[in-house]
Amino acid sequence: MSVTAPITLSARNLIRRFGQREVIHGVSLELRHGEVLGLLGHNGAGKSTTLQMLTGALLPHSGEIEICGFDLIRQSQKAKAQTGFLPETPPLYREMSVNDFLLFAAKLHRIPRAQIADALTETKRRCGLQDSGKKIIGTLSKGYQQRVGIAQAIIHQPEVIILDEPTVGLDPSQIRDIRALIRELGNMHSVILSTHLLGEVESICDRVEIMHHGRLIYGDSSTKMQQYGSQSGFIVTLLAPPALSELQAIADVQQVDPLSTTQFRILHAVNTNPSVVLLALAAQHGWQAEQLVPLQTRLEDVFMQITQDEKL
Amino acid sequence: MILTIAYKEFRSLFSIPSTWLIMGALQFIFAWFFFARLDIFLQVQSQLAQLANAPGATLAVAAPLFGTIALILMMLIPIFTMRLIAEERRNQTLTLLMSAPVSDIHIVVGKFIGLMLFLLLIIASCMLMVLTLAAGTQLDTGLLFTNALGLILLAASYTALGLYISSLTKQPVVAAIGALAIFFGLWLADVSAVDNNNTWRAFAPTSHFQNFNTGLLNSTDLMFFLLFCTVFLLLTIRQLYNNRIYS
Repeated sequence: MSVTAPITLSARNLIRRFGQREVIHGVSLELRHGEVLGLLGHNGAGKSTTLQMLTGALLPHSGEIEICGFDLIRQSQKAKAQTGFLPETPPLYREMSVNDFLLFAAKLHRIPRAQIADALTETKRRCGLQDSGKKIIGTLSKGYQQRVGIAQAIIHQPEVIILDEPTVGLDPSQIRDIRALIRELGNMHSVILSTHLLGEVESICDRVEIMHHGRLIYGDSSTKMQQYGSQSGFIVTLLAPPALSELQAIADVQQVDPLSTTQFRILHAVNTNPSVVLLALAAQHGWQAEQLVPLQTRLEDVFMQITQDEKL
Repeated sequence: MILTIAYKEFRSLFSIPSTWLIMGALQFIFAWFFFARLDIFLQVQSQLAQLANAPGATLAVAAPLFGTIALILMMLIPIFTMRLIAEERRNQTLTLLMSAPVSDIHIVVGKFIGLMLFLLLIIASCMLMVLTLAAGTQLDTGLLFTNALGLILLAASYTALGLYISSLTKQPVVAAIGALAIFFGLWLADVSAVDNNNTWRAFAPTSHFQNFNTGLLNSTDLMFFLLFCTVFLLLTIRQLYNNRIYS
């Protein structure tokens, strides 16, 4: 994903009330072509509401949404033709067969008649539904229903794909398949997905926005997010360790914490890395270096930290 | 786009077993009424023959049968209209239509036409039954035509009103009972009216169907049905739009 890729979706200052209660307070989002954006947040943070507004199923009380240059409110049909949406509960007509349902979705999204058959085969292939075409949706398992839900959202090759918790309720292998599919979709379209699974963000998203009480409180690339508030350092295992002071004496090492008799956590400045020197010394003095693992903050910690910071 | 939605509604009706059951049962009831009427007609035929300008088979058999169908439709249509929007809302499938590039007008009119196609099928099956009389006697085609037209318009107005009730709620059962209660109220306003110029009576679709039933093609009645349908379809469209704002 490059910074010059065209912007496919932009939302400015979305405000949404339910009755008197304002649940979304001025959310602004931007999405570029070929980008996967993860919308992260606790339950009830307003993720689903935001996504519903982006698809036009709910109207915002104020704010603007533009999809591929079309205003979602004034040119709603053109804008909606460029989006595919999978809500939290997949919108499936349980009594229809998979083929019939996807054909209906295809026609609803204005695919030219001549291309419908191709679109159907292609979408079924992508979602692994080749053998389920004639089955009745109500008889499919949850995982397959979810796939039909995704198929319905991508059959018209939309520019923007919006997925609301796409992997909820799936078993691990299905989750892996769906994630691979989303990754693949992210190369050719733009994808927004909401989730509260941090692993999902880690594995498929280019960018993360964290939502908390109806506001976006943090947005950055997902690799940067992992570094949020983290310290540079590594954990080294030495089977025949020297005295603590000897490790501390190595240039650029700021702090050494013994974790066990053989494991040490070594912290250093961001731009200098003493690991090469340390390994050379280890080889020289026979400290029997076994492994060296860079410190990685878990996304959970980062997420908790960011949402905690916001509360203060 | 309207036809896509209409066709889907029509198709999905037939994928539910209860639709077939209802169609079968209806056909049975119609046939029963038809034969009962025919039987009475055959018994009194010899006496009727002595009258000058005696009522023919169409007036004596077909017209009362259509009157019965009008009553049955009143009880039947809420069962079908409840599914149209309330059930979609409950199953959260309405989101698919709401986020698709179709306007609220397409959705409402599509659903209306979809159900009307099905009701036309029921009316047509009944029509065919009556047409079998042609094997033994001369039929009054004018009377048959006004009756068929009246039934279609009556079904359309019930469907429009039922659709609106369906758009008000999330519970299909509430939609069905609500629609039935209103249909029944309108019907009571018609049958309980003491004189023909009662204002309330004018609001009842059944009272306007009466004229069609007797073979009278009145432009007032035509306008009533058209207005009735338009008003409730517009209200439904408005309700769907409000749904995007307030829900």
